[in-house]
Order: sequence, then structure tokens, then C-alpha cells
Amino acid sequence: MLTKRIIACLDVRAGKLAKSVKFVDTKDIGDPIKAAREYYEDGLDELVFYDITASSDERGIMLNVVEKVAAQIYIPFSVGGGIRNVEDANKLLGAGAEKINVNSAAVQRPELISECALAIGSQNTVLSMDILKLKESREFPSGYEIVIDGGRKRTSIDALEWALRGEELGAGELVINSIDADGTRNGYEIALTRMIAEAVSIPVIASGGAGKPEHIFEVLTAGKADAALVASMVHYGDYSVRELKEWLQSRGINVRLRY
Amino acid sequence: MIVIIDYDAGNLRSVQRACEKVGLVSEISSDPERILQAEKIIFPGVGSAESAMETLKKRGLDNAIVDFSRSGRPVLGICLGLQIMLDHTEEGNKKCLGMVSGACERFRFTERTLKIPHIGWNDIQIKYAHPVLKNIKDGDQFYFVHSYYAKLVHETEMVSSTEYGNMNFCSILAKDNLFATQFHLEKSGELGLKILRSFGDWKP
Repeated sequence: MLTKRIIACLDVRAGKLAKSVKFVDTKDIGDPIKAAREYYEDGLDELVFYDITASSDERGIMLNVVEKVAAQIYIPFSVGGGIRNVEDANKLLGAGAEKINVNSAAVQRPELISECALAIGSQNTVLSMDILKLKESREFPSGYEIVIDGGRKRTSIDALEWALRGEELGAGELVINSIDADGTRNGYEIALTRMIAEAVSIPVIASGGAGKPEHIFEVLTAGKADAALVASMVHYGDYSVRELKEWLQSRGINVRLRY
Repeated sequence: MIVIIDYDAGNLRSVQRACEKVGLVSEISSDPERILQAEKIIFPGVGSAESAMETLKKRGLDNAIVDFSRSGRPVLGICLGLQIMLDHTEEGNKKCLGMVSGACERFRFTERTLKIPHIGWNDIQIKYAHPVLKNIKDGDQFYFVHSYYAKLVHETEMVSSTEYGNMNFCSILAKDNLFATQFHLEKSGELGLKILRSFGDWKP
């Protein structure tokens, strides 16, 4: 039986592990290479790296860090942030990632999704969506809007519409990242996750807001997510990956515990 | 020397790194001559079978892999590598290498809750003991990413099956000197590395 996945997300800025709250107040909190190793040994199912740096100098550091991490973890490794074309994707693949997360650049140029799917396979092309909650309206029938550039820029694109479009263009998985919940540790945005998970036929990864094991349980059951992304709750040492998985197993969620 | 076959299948470095980790010396090559000289070959794969078959043909690797396997030396197929060993794939309606009798078909589910691709960690039910699985237990979990699965003509070539939806598809196949996994053993943590280590020791 297919297990539910626990994915740790490392936001990396200039080679350092960082964490924001609602996409702002980003702080450096540690060494991403050390964290990756620790989570791997603890039974993490997958690792995501987000490059949240802006300058080209820092991008070089990122490739270096990706390479170092890839050399010591033997689980799926996905990288996102600043990927504008197939060439960027291939550079990251060359450094040792196997999945690529596209985000803002795909909103600006949707063909990026199909180009990546063709070049590296749909299964390795992940569409990551940053989503803002609004009131339902004619413009936003789902009540959620896609935002880009780290949450700074609104797009007038309805979130559900974009999720369906992404699937059609060849994305193999979707990351549903709620800006309202990011870093709050108050729980995932369940209604949003469920709405998208029920509408698409590709796997959905819930992101933003995990603070307690109960939150993960909720998004994997009521939220219908296939995987849950965690950040703050493991980075700050509140819970270990193993503890989270054992707790979920005890509540009847099928997770990977033999490794 | 183990040669990892390079046909632009993406995850070559991951496979080579996993080899390094378990102490196997490997080389990535797309040269048919190098392949024919190898002790063992690893035939990895990510992406579409259609473009993979085209690249294999263009580089003369299709014949090299088949000739190598006829020599009786060990071959390890991973994911797409397993699928291309069969006669045919529905993906792009392509003829494959014909090393194992069977064809690849796409998952089809009527139940909407079942996602395609089948992505994530799933367990294997072992049908019979195989030397490459000496350190693996029934129920161990591995990492899968695929939309197509192998339908074998000979049931005896299915070493393990895995359940997805109402299906029990072939997750490991073996035939003489061929051994192939539908899952990515290079991405399946320490248990995947154990399989790779045993492949290194395997003398079929």
C-alpha cells in the first residue's frame, strides 16, 4: 500500500538554512547540509530545497550546496526557486536533484511547465503554487489567488484554475503553499488543499502551517493530500521526523517506518 | 567495472553516487564498446520510453545492451530500464528490447482518488528468494515514480509484486542474468542501497 509522505522543506538563502513567517521576516537558522543528513537518517521520505536568494553570486553557492546534499542522501530530492528555463532545470539535475519545482516563472510563462515535462519527464516536474486567500468572487471563483515573487506580487489568476492548467501542461505533482498559513504553525489550509486534491488526478503536497502532528494528520485525511511538507516544526527541533511518523502511524496513517 | 548506460535518462549521477556509497566502482558511458567490455551493466531510467528508445537506437546502445545480456553477465534495470527490457510499451506505442516477454501498459483507474503517476513509497511482496534480495524482507518499502507498469508473459519472472489500487503489478523482475526493479533503488534509502550492494556481489 502506498504510504503518505513526509517531506521536509529547506529554504536556503546564500547557503544557509532560513525560515520565514508568512513569507517575510526571514531568519538564518542553520546549516542545510547538516539538517538534510539528520532528516535522512531519521526516515524522511523526501527533501525539498528552496532557493530563496536573489543574486547570481548566491545561485552559484546554491548549486554547490545541492551537490553536497545530493552526495549524502539517497531519497528523492527536489529543488525550486528561480528556475526560468530547461537550462536552469538541467543545471540542478546535474548537481544531483531529480525533481524541479517551478513557481513564479511558470505563472509568467506557462509553457515552462510543458518544456520541463518534455525535457525531464512529468514525474520530475513539480508545480509549486503560492496561494492567497480571498473572498469568493466572479474573478476568483475558488476564493483563492495565485501570487508570485515570494508572495509580493498578485496575479489575478484563480488558484484552482491554475492547478488544473498546470496538470494539463504536464506537471507531475502540485505543491499547495498557503501564504496565510506559512510559518504560523497553526495548521495547514485544509479547505484549499482538499479543493485542489479533489479536482486534479496528480499527487498533491500540502505546504504551509504545520506546527503539530495533528495538523499533518488533518491535511492527510480531511485535506486529502498525498504528502505533507514540514519546515519550522522540525527545523526548530520541536519534533523529529521519526516522532512525527510514529505518531501518524499510531493514528492509522500508513507511513514508511522500516528503513 | 560496472558501466552505467548513458542515454540522457537524467538520474545517472544519483545511480553513480549510490554505487560509490556501497563501494562499487562504476563508469557512466554511452559507448557501445565500453558497455560490451563491462563486468556488469546498470540500465537506469527516468522519463519517457518513447524518447529513451530513440536515443538508445541513435547511439547503437539497443544492440549493445542485448548483446551484453546474451553473454550471461549481470544486468540491473531500474524503472524505465525495467520497462524497456520488455517487447513493447504502450507509451508512444514503441517496440522495446525484447529481452523479457511482456509489454508495458499505462495505469488506468476508474476510481478518481487514485493518482497517476504512482508516486511515493510502497511495499513489495516477495514471490521467491533471489540472491540480489538477500538482505530484503517481505513488506520492505521502496520509492516508485511511474505511470506505466510491466505485464509479464511468464509469471515466474515476477520476483515481487506491489499493490496500487486494485492492481498487483510487477515491482521486481528477474530472468537468468537480468534483474530489474520498477522502483528507484538509488532513491530508496538504505534498503535500496542494500539491493545495489547485493547486485555487486551477484554471480548468476
